[in-house]
Amino acid sequence: MSAIVSPIREPLITGHKDYHQITEDICAPSERTPSTAWVIAFMVAVSFLGLGMFCILWTIWFGIGTWNLNRTIGWGWDITNFVWWIGIGHAGTLISAILLLFRQKWRTGVNRAAEAMTIFAVLCAALFPGIHVGRMWVVFYFFPYPNTRGPLWVNFNSPLLWDLFAISTYFTVSLLFWYTGLVPDFATLRDRASGLRKKLYSFLSFGWTGAAKHWSRFEALSLVLAGLATPLVLSVHTIVSFDFATSVIPGWHTTIFPPYFVAGAIFSGFAMVLTLMIITRKILKLEDYITIEHIDSMNKVILLTGTIVGVAYLTELFIAWYSGYIYEQFAFMNRVQGIYWWSYVGMMSCNVLSPQIFWSSKMRRNVTVTFFMSIFVNIGMWFERFVIIPTTLARDYLPSSWSYYSPTWVEIGIFLGTLGIFFTLYLGFTRVAPVVAIAEVKSILKTAGDQYTGENAKGGHHHGHDSVKEAAH
Amino acid sequence: MKNKEVLFGLYNDEELLLSAVKNANEKHLDIMDVFSPFPVHGLDPLLGLSESRLHQAGFIYGAIGTLTAFLFMTWVFTRDWPIIFGGKPYWSVPAFIPITFELTVLFASIGMVVTYYAVNGQGPGVINPVLDDRITDDKFCIAFEINDADEDTIEQYKSFLSETGAEEVRTKTI
Repeated sequence: MSAIVSPIREPLITGHKDYHQITEDICAPSERTPSTAWVIAFMVAVSFLGLGMFCILWTIWFGIGTWNLNRTIGWGWDITNFVWWIGIGHAGTLISAILLLFRQKWRTGVNRAAEAMTIFAVLCAALFPGIHVGRMWVVFYFFPYPNTRGPLWVNFNSPLLWDLFAISTYFTVSLLFWYTGLVPDFATLRDRASGLRKKLYSFLSFGWTGAAKHWSRFEALSLVLAGLATPLVLSVHTIVSFDFATSVIPGWHTTIFPPYFVAGAIFSGFAMVLTLMIITRKILKLEDYITIEHIDSMNKVILLTGTIVGVAYLTELFIAWYSGYIYEQFAFMNRVQGIYWWSYVGMMSCNVLSPQIFWSSKMRRNVTVTFFMSIFVNIGMWFERFVIIPTTLARDYLPSSWSYYSPTWVEIGIFLGTLGIFFTLYLGFTRVAPVVAIAEVKSILKTAGDQYTGENAKGGHHHGHDSVKEAAH
Repeated sequence: MKNKEVLFGLYNDEELLLSAVKNANEKHLDIMDVFSPFPVHGLDPLLGLSESRLHQAGFIYGAIGTLTAFLFMTWVFTRDWPIIFGGKPYWSVPAFIPITFELTVLFASIGMVVTYYAVNGQGPGVINPVLDDRITDDKFCIAFEINDADEDTIEQYKSFLSETGAEEVRTKTI
């Protein structure tokens, strides 16, 4: 590969790796016995999962009355959590699809784990529409299947039904995209394994051989799937925002919702990717593949999307004032200073103010700061959905029906349960599959490896360690 | 199926592989296949592989999805069970757009992925012969089929492989 190397690009693979070393490093975590830290983390995650399952069964058994929803506030933590999880999922597709179309090389270090995160987050999200209907044993009524009631069809004009189609399509396409990328890496694991592991990975790797024509098709398929996933990911959160925007509730009925929701989704998703990546790179010793440069790039996206979200918040306030429409004005004043004022403060400070520290490159490249920031952003984005949903509903048209809502232990338990499901699946994933895309990292080695980039690239290829040290002095 | 006798060489670097394939083209050697741990750019034209037509198949699958969604919703709301929602016409096209789009993407993606595995001869549980375990790690492989080849041709292949920098030259029946 006659690589064109920019001297000012920072390396994305450090530690002077060669192809074999990359294989060794990335396969190692799934080939050794799990560490104590992993076992403890897994047990904690499974406990939360168990709690969640218990609370879901409790809801099914006793009914939706075990939640604190009431006649005024019909959507509470359930839909807040649904939107939060589906938003988190968006970063994975953004990294894997949009950055592929833009030919951003830094995606290769993080795309595999980010896509896994997407799939697990969408699973957690999809749980909530399923259980919040109350009678979840007839949830298949959602689907337009020929039935004996007419057939009576579902309402294809309803955004809630669009949502069903959007989310099931999103889940399916993400899963196909992710698995197609995994197949060559499963083949790598297969060819290193023996015994039962070999059988398992032979099954999972679909008979991959690495033939030239297969790679050619692989790249064609990846490109088209990326091209399909890009408008898809934008459509999914747009449609989620339609659930609100097409209603006639002041505070929801706004045209700004689709872009504002999409930016917020990317924002929260990148925060979750950072939370996971910072832990993963440390525990699995993948610092050479998920570098400070990757963290820096992701923090730039956080800063950009956080600021877009901030502009959207201010635009909403401005338009409410400018509209001269008192119900709209009331809805927004209620968000800022009403009974849930603290959630508005949480949203503003976590989402808009705190990311501004990322204007400083020192902060962007500080792993500890980034880790805490990523947690803040996740909390802030949860508050954003809480502000939009219960705050708006609690103060509706008639003051006589105004109400207050706080969750019961069942609702909190289900939320903790989804965190449990998410982390159980993610931890399982780190044991079974390579968390960094092996083949893709190899394909950028000669353009982004530290022995080929920057100062070291000037004297041509293939420097030994000594000449690299010299160049550094 | 008849077993194939394969002579293959393993290279350490994709640049060596590319120049070897160029060399083989000049000598008009009939390469059976080339294997690599990651996609090597610039290899397809040398091997005479045409661009994949998967995206054309994807377009057709997508168009089927578009038509399925749009025509089905049209049929339901204008013929089978017309209902007025919110005072809108029965055939309210803008409201059909989101589901039509989603099914277009869904059909195109599933169709393409299924086609991709079918034409590759891959799938859950399929086991294809592997020439060397290190091809999915760090080796680049050029393979020749030598079932019907005479001694001279085999010698020519062997010397070609070692001259172009193959680190190992072996035969295997697959």
